[in-house]
Amino acid sequence: MKDFWKRFSQNRGAVIGLVILLLVVVLSIVAPFIFTKSPWAMVQRPFIPPFTMDAFVLGTDPMGRDLAAGLAHGARVSLLVGLVSTVVSLLIGIPIGAIAGYFGGWVDDVLMRFTEFFQSVPSFALAVVLVAIFQPSITSIIISIAVVSWPPVARLLRGEVMSLRSREFVEAAVLSGQTHATIIWRQILPNTLSPIIVLASMMVAAAILIESSLSFLGLGDRNIMSWGYIIGAGRTVIRQAWWVSFFPGLAILLTVLALNLVGEGLNDALNPRLARKGK
Amino acid sequence: MLRFISGRLLKAVVILICITVLNFFLIHAAPGDPASVMAGEAGDADPAFLQQLRERFGLDQPLYVQLWIYVSSVVKLDLGYSYRQQLPVLQLIGERLPATLLLSLSAFVISLGLGVTAGAFASARQGKWADTIISLVALIFYATPLFWLALMGVLLFSVQLGWLPGFGYETVGANYTGLSRSLDILLHLILPAMTLGLFFMAVYARMTRAAMLEVGQLDFVKTAKAKGLRPGIIQRRHVLRNALLPVVTLAGLQAGQLVGGAVLIETVFAWPGIGRLMFDALSQRDYNLLLGVFVVSAAMVLFFNLITDVLYRLVDPRIRVAS
Repeated sequence: MKDFWKRFSQNRGAVIGLVILLLVVVLSIVAPFIFTKSPWAMVQRPFIPPFTMDAFVLGTDPMGRDLAAGLAHGARVSLLVGLVSTVVSLLIGIPIGAIAGYFGGWVDDVLMRFTEFFQSVPSFALAVVLVAIFQPSITSIIISIAVVSWPPVARLLRGEVMSLRSREFVEAAVLSGQTHATIIWRQILPNTLSPIIVLASMMVAAAILIESSLSFLGLGDRNIMSWGYIIGAGRTVIRQAWWVSFFPGLAILLTVLALNLVGEGLNDALNPRLARKGK
Repeated sequence: MLRFISGRLLKAVVILICITVLNFFLIHAAPGDPASVMAGEAGDADPAFLQQLRERFGLDQPLYVQLWIYVSSVVKLDLGYSYRQQLPVLQLIGERLPATLLLSLSAFVISLGLGVTAGAFASARQGKWADTIISLVALIFYATPLFWLALMGVLLFSVQLGWLPGFGYETVGANYTGLSRSLDILLHLILPAMTLGLFFMAVYARMTRAAMLEVGQLDFVKTAKAKGLRPGIIQRRHVLRNALLPVVTLAGLQAGQLVGGAVLIETVFAWPGIGRLMFDALSQRDYNLLLGVFVVSAAMVLFFNLITDVLYRLVDPRIRVAS
């Protein structure tokens, strides 16, 4: 663990990313306590420019809503959707990849054709269609993002499992009479953890981008304030009120950037040999 | 080679049929009566029209019969009728397709050209300030939401500076013809194509840089250096050429992303392509049109993937020999 931190902190970008990420996490936790009013509530006259009123640092939107409150409440949605949809993609991708890599043969063939199908479908367009058909809600958004994001997980897992499959400790486990399920769960999966963690951190970033794009198109959950929604709402008044679209976009950019940086740092820390090669 | 292409073509057709089947089940999975979903009137469609839809798609028959009717009509290029726009779906898409192709191909050329150049430049100056700046910019673009970048582009270049038009395909009411019309469209194309291309430009730059640094450590590069070749020639002729292989793989991946990006970019810039059509279908709940655009864009992506697969084989002699 100490070694892990040492390697992680050697990557300056990763440390900066971690700091930004922690700030966003803290913001999402304290948001309901600082901004006690609903982010949908009209609190002042519309179109107050940023940095002109102390009570509304980031100004107000065309409906007179506090932009800072919207941003703070939106942080929770972005992180939540990013995290949960990544967990769901892992729950789909890991079993498929592990079974394909472990059993090989026709099982592998069938599962990989299935994976390939999902990879050759334009992913964002599929997510749009899914959310539209099942009606926008936080659940349909999370599931749609997971449905279009799991193939890389399955492919990664398959490759890892295939190379572990022929190692001595797995052969020993087979000889000792353990069941396939035990071998996959106890012997093989723990050894695939580091690449999964690295991939997952990047997937959270990608999921946040997809979520914001969906909300921007009007496919967000109507009851939840999200960054993409604010930008979408500010789009039509961009000429009069640049700040309404500007700040939420900056928030998305910083969060996604932070996650990508942390992902690179995790890669350095968890796969030291691989990381050296790349440098 | 011909066998390879026909094999891939067959695979693409199978995937396309699977997508059609998926579409069919999506219509049935949507809340409400499938006929009313297809009509896209949120339950308010004319009963006579609903009955007509039921008969045409055999919605009163068993599911497998319905599936057969649906898939065979799509195979015959019949994507149905958009009740909202009062036009066949295929005609609507056909009218918008050229604008999307123009936009996506321009974005593709921009991202590939600028990305590979920037990546190669950065790798040649590894660790110097030029490398740091290019890597940093690529990292930032990699994290930027496309639609936001597009809005900021409009704000800066169109609203503030007034250099470029911020929306549309050509100047409305100007009635240019010939060369001046092409120039007008080109001017309108710059902002959307640049923003659509920037994300993948960042991806290509990162990829090219990493691949060139990796190839640069291989033995044949040392040999070239030992022979006394100039560094510029080694970089261009030996390193870059070998580093381009993973880039070609990426190009196939980009096709799928371009379609999704086109929905966002065309929405921001009011670009009259199929992405904008998809957005209109969304806001009008015109599901039949939405699914039609989805099938056509999937077909487009499959076609691009087929081309990159063929190109990959032409570029890399190792694959040619291996199969």
